[in-house]
Amino acid sequence: MSYLQNNRIEKKFYQLKAKKQKGLICYIMGGYPNPIACERIISSIVDGGADIIEIGIPFSDPIADGPVIQEASFRALQKGVTPQICLNLIRKTRKRYPDLPIVIMTYSNILQKNGFRQFMEMAKEAGTDGFILPDMTIDESKKYLEYSKNLELASIFLVAPNTSNLRIKKTLAVSTGFVYVVSVFGTTGMRNSFNKYTLTAIKNIKKLSSNKKNISVGFGISTPDHVKLMSNYGADAVIVGSAIIKKINGNKDGSIIQLQNNLRNYVKSLKAACTN
Amino acid sequence: MTKLREFPIEGKYGKYGGKYIPETLVPAINELEEAYEKIRNDSDFKKELDYYLQNYAGRPTPLFFAKNLTDYVGGARIFLKREDLLHGGAHKTNNCLGQCLLAKRMGKKRIIAETGAGQHGVGTAMAAAVLGLKAEIYMGSIDIERQKLNLFRMELLGAKVHSVDSGTKTLKDAINEALRDWITNVKDTYYLIGSVVGPHPYPMIVRDFQSVIGEEIKYQIKNFTKRSPHALICCVGGGSNAMGTFFPFLDEKDVSLYGVEAGGLGVRTGKHSATLKEGSEGILHGMRTYLLQDEFGQINDTHSISAGLDYPGVGPQHVQLKDMERAEYVTCNDNEALDAFFKLSKLEGIIAALESCHAVSFAMKLARKMKRDENIIVTLSGRGDKDIDQVMKYRKKYIGR
Repeated sequence: MSYLQNNRIEKKFYQLKAKKQKGLICYIMGGYPNPIACERIISSIVDGGADIIEIGIPFSDPIADGPVIQEASFRALQKGVTPQICLNLIRKTRKRYPDLPIVIMTYSNILQKNGFRQFMEMAKEAGTDGFILPDMTIDESKKYLEYSKNLELASIFLVAPNTSNLRIKKTLAVSTGFVYVVSVFGTTGMRNSFNKYTLTAIKNIKKLSSNKKNISVGFGISTPDHVKLMSNYGADAVIVGSAIIKKINGNKDGSIIQLQNNLRNYVKSLKAACTN
Repeated sequence: MTKLREFPIEGKYGKYGGKYIPETLVPAINELEEAYEKIRNDSDFKKELDYYLQNYAGRPTPLFFAKNLTDYVGGARIFLKREDLLHGGAHKTNNCLGQCLLAKRMGKKRIIAETGAGQHGVGTAMAAAVLGLKAEIYMGSIDIERQKLNLFRMELLGAKVHSVDSGTKTLKDAINEALRDWITNVKDTYYLIGSVVGPHPYPMIVRDFQSVIGEEIKYQIKNFTKRSPHALICCVGGGSNAMGTFFPFLDEKDVSLYGVEAGGLGVRTGKHSATLKEGSEGILHGMRTYLLQDEFGQINDTHSISAGLDYPGVGPQHVQLKDMERAEYVTCNDNEALDAFFKLSKLEGIIAALESCHAVSFAMKLARKMKRDENIIVTLSGRGDKDIDQVMKYRKKYIGR
């Protein structure tokens, strides 16, 4: 199985495990609701205790995303957010937080348009540690994997509740940083509760990974109880996305300071659930 | 040398095609691939499909020698492959019947589909009704507004139509939403894609079910001439009627293939759907193909007078044919298509779909440059009743000028 020694993500998981903590991965949409607010949002999330930041680069056709992230994507594009603006955001975040693992989540066409290698080089240079591409399958990933390896970028693949054991093993073998376990049948977005199949899937993937890969669970997670539930079944980290975007949307009339406080407290409450 | 008809090889047409999909769909796509491999050479399946194609849909469709149009143009002989006479009013029915039968074999009871103008939605609703399946159709809210009649047709046929309000609220967003539905209901749902697009094996499956068009042309042309046609001309949106017409002739190098894309208001205005002519390589809707996109990789809005050609992508096999220069892709503007619409109506008494009129328009141009003993076949992909309202509106502008 491949492993990236100098990657901030792998280091972070190593530290978390030493502290017997679970990781908290927080998603924000790059440049949303606007580039300046977005920088401050990242700060509050990191201050609140996020271990890894996932920055979305908006795409016009986000097929794996539910309504909340779709809408944020659409609005970001309408305001003129480009991949470059997102990379600049990463550059600034990297300066402020030299050790913070930063992952880009976007769709393959954003990389394809520049050329996968060129885009990944630019992202690396800006301070990115890895990529999550929900429409990139292991079957189509030969070149992407080659570039990831050369640039020491984590290639984070997704595993779904219906992925076969054989395919899980293949995915575990080529994933670096962590493996993204999709908790549900569906798109991103908050759920009130989770079915048994989700927990069975996490347990199964954990077992197949024989503790050699970091398992992060995402889609639908929004409360400290969810965090505990996923942790109990073997997740090494949880990913929270739509819930954060929703908090940003809910702040329409409030000040940015108030939003920052809300987000910091919210992230704190999630991180607290990672620590016991 | 590899024959063109042997593609896809490992799901790809050269470097195009492939499977760029969320992981949740991988098992469903693999299941589809396996099921299709099993039935594609199964004589019982073929018999059942043929039964419905003949007795329900009205195949074979005629190959008609358009003598008046030929005389008017004064050049090569123009033949029309009359897919407009197929049940449902367009070639879409071939694919819908094929895939609904496949879905049935796979034990799937719920069919989802996307539709732009509504033709594929209507085709899906019809096939689902006759085969006892439940159909749900995704359609952009702007398209619904433009094609109210087709919305009502789908509902009459027992389908449930979901209005899609995300993104540009047109075909590409309807596909996005259908894919999201499929991700959510992957176990019991069959996604019936309407063109030669999407992840492998869809471009192949749709092509195969549409190839009945070209196969029929092959024997029907023999009633008129000994040799194969000199040129085949079809309109291209996603490219299913074109691929169905071209495919049986791909390895006959003396048959020229022309795909006609929607030039809209003119390719220089940016308001068009000429993906092969003006687009660039990209990844969308599960495939590597050509796309109309901006410098950052965001998908562009498209424009065409005919909603059926209004798509920012194109089937991956067409890109291969373009790259290899096996087929030539040209454009036809809104006005030229309208002109062909009027000509064909008056000269031959055929009101064809605006989509198909793009092909007719180019055929008239090409025929003029060809010899009188040469033969051109144009696939009339659909009939024009659905376009009457729109043509009336345009006609006022057109004649007022």
